[in-house]
Amino acid sequence: MQTHVRDIMDAIYKKYGYDFRQYSEAHITRRIMNRVRLSGLEDISYVRSEVMNNETFASQLLQDLSITVTEMFRDPGFYKSLRENVIPLLKTYPFIKIWHAGCSTGEEVYSVAILMQEEGLYGRTTIYATDFNQQALNKAKGGIFSNGLMKEYTTNYQLSGGKESFLNYYTSDYDHVIMNQSLKRNIVWANHNLVTDSVFAEAHLILCRNVLIYFETELQNKVQKIFFDSLINGGILCLGAKEGLRFSDLRDEYTELDKQHRIFKKKY
Amino acid sequence: MRYEAIVIGVSSGGLNAMKVMFTLLPKDFSIPIVIVQHIGPRSDNQWIKLVNDKNKFDIKEADEKEKIENGRIYVAPPNYHLLIERSKTFSLTIDERVNFARPSIDVLFESAAEVYRDKLIGVVLTGSNADGTNGMKRIKKYGGLTIVQDPATAESSYMPASVMATMPVDHISPLDGIVNLLIGVTGPKR
Repeated sequence: MQTHVRDIMDAIYKKYGYDFRQYSEAHITRRIMNRVRLSGLEDISYVRSEVMNNETFASQLLQDLSITVTEMFRDPGFYKSLRENVIPLLKTYPFIKIWHAGCSTGEEVYSVAILMQEEGLYGRTTIYATDFNQQALNKAKGGIFSNGLMKEYTTNYQLSGGKESFLNYYTSDYDHVIMNQSLKRNIVWANHNLVTDSVFAEAHLILCRNVLIYFETELQNKVQKIFFDSLINGGILCLGAKEGLRFSDLRDEYTELDKQHRIFKKKY
Repeated sequence: MRYEAIVIGVSSGGLNAMKVMFTLLPKDFSIPIVIVQHIGPRSDNQWIKLVNDKNKFDIKEADEKEKIENGRIYVAPPNYHLLIERSKTFSLTIDERVNFARPSIDVLFESAAEVYRDKLIGVVLTGSNADGTNGMKRIKKYGGLTIVQDPATAESSYMPASVMATMPVDHISPLDGIVNLLIGVTGPKR
């Protein structure tokens, strides 16, 4: 990392405990420069002292560095494959533990809950949904989303092989929708940081989509180890559409269940 | 050779424009070309096949951490921003849309300018959006070469015109002229 960026990341880690030191530099730099512009700072050299002395600035920057962009049934083809290729495996277990790591504001967690419900498995499922961004987690827990996005989400849902009317899963007013209480009942929301925390729970299925793309290779490997240690033998790992195990030390420990949609099965 | 990479931004009308460019561009074109074509989030980038006649070029969707190599053409994947790292590898992000676009031309161009500095060529083609203007400003700032499609010859004139309205562009040219320029300034394969 370039000196200014490295100094800022060191300052954030020392003062607040969040470790972005092994994030991709181009991404981090872009987010910092955005904050520089929005705050009216002259240039990046002032950011470090702002981080140390101005808690409002620091908390804004922390939000900037945590990407919360997500959608329901993002990549419908992936969810279709989950339904067709993974659900039959999950059906063989008496109870199912799912770890959704880096869940952000929860849209994909609700997507998985809906899918499990439609497949008749939700009653025996627990979804552990984790993120290091408490603000995002709070929003996820509330289950309140913008109504304007539901049209897009409904299309995603239908393309993913949804079996019901998507309207059945939420109640809406003019601006917002709130997800049904019955979807929330088996979700456990928890603060967990993939960079600084360790194994979270034993899981049959781990979803971590579009989180690893932000990490340098070494950190990717570290997090992959956490997933590997958390999965039962025969457990399933789902990554984002452009993520894989290509650079992972553990690539030989998995078989590819669906190459295109990045679904992997831990070997027995 | 002075230049090390070319970034191209293109939006509406892009399919035809790319087809023309790839037909005219010689097969042994030397330096890497990285393209952001605005495209819907659920697209599968099949347009690449449509413009790559007889698989003349080695065109692929950029992967994260992929090393950028000479003689290859890379395209941003749908629904991801594409950035270039100082190690001359790619990064992908799902950050907010920029200028209503993901992938965004500005995001690629700005990160590429930071890496390649005055060894970068930025090209903005047809489009009906101002994406690419900030990126071209950054390329210019570092002394890179800036080229836009002559708006009079573009299917959608807005995008190249937006760049021209904001800064002095080095070359304004129709597509065949742009290809000739690129051949001229980059020279044959080493």
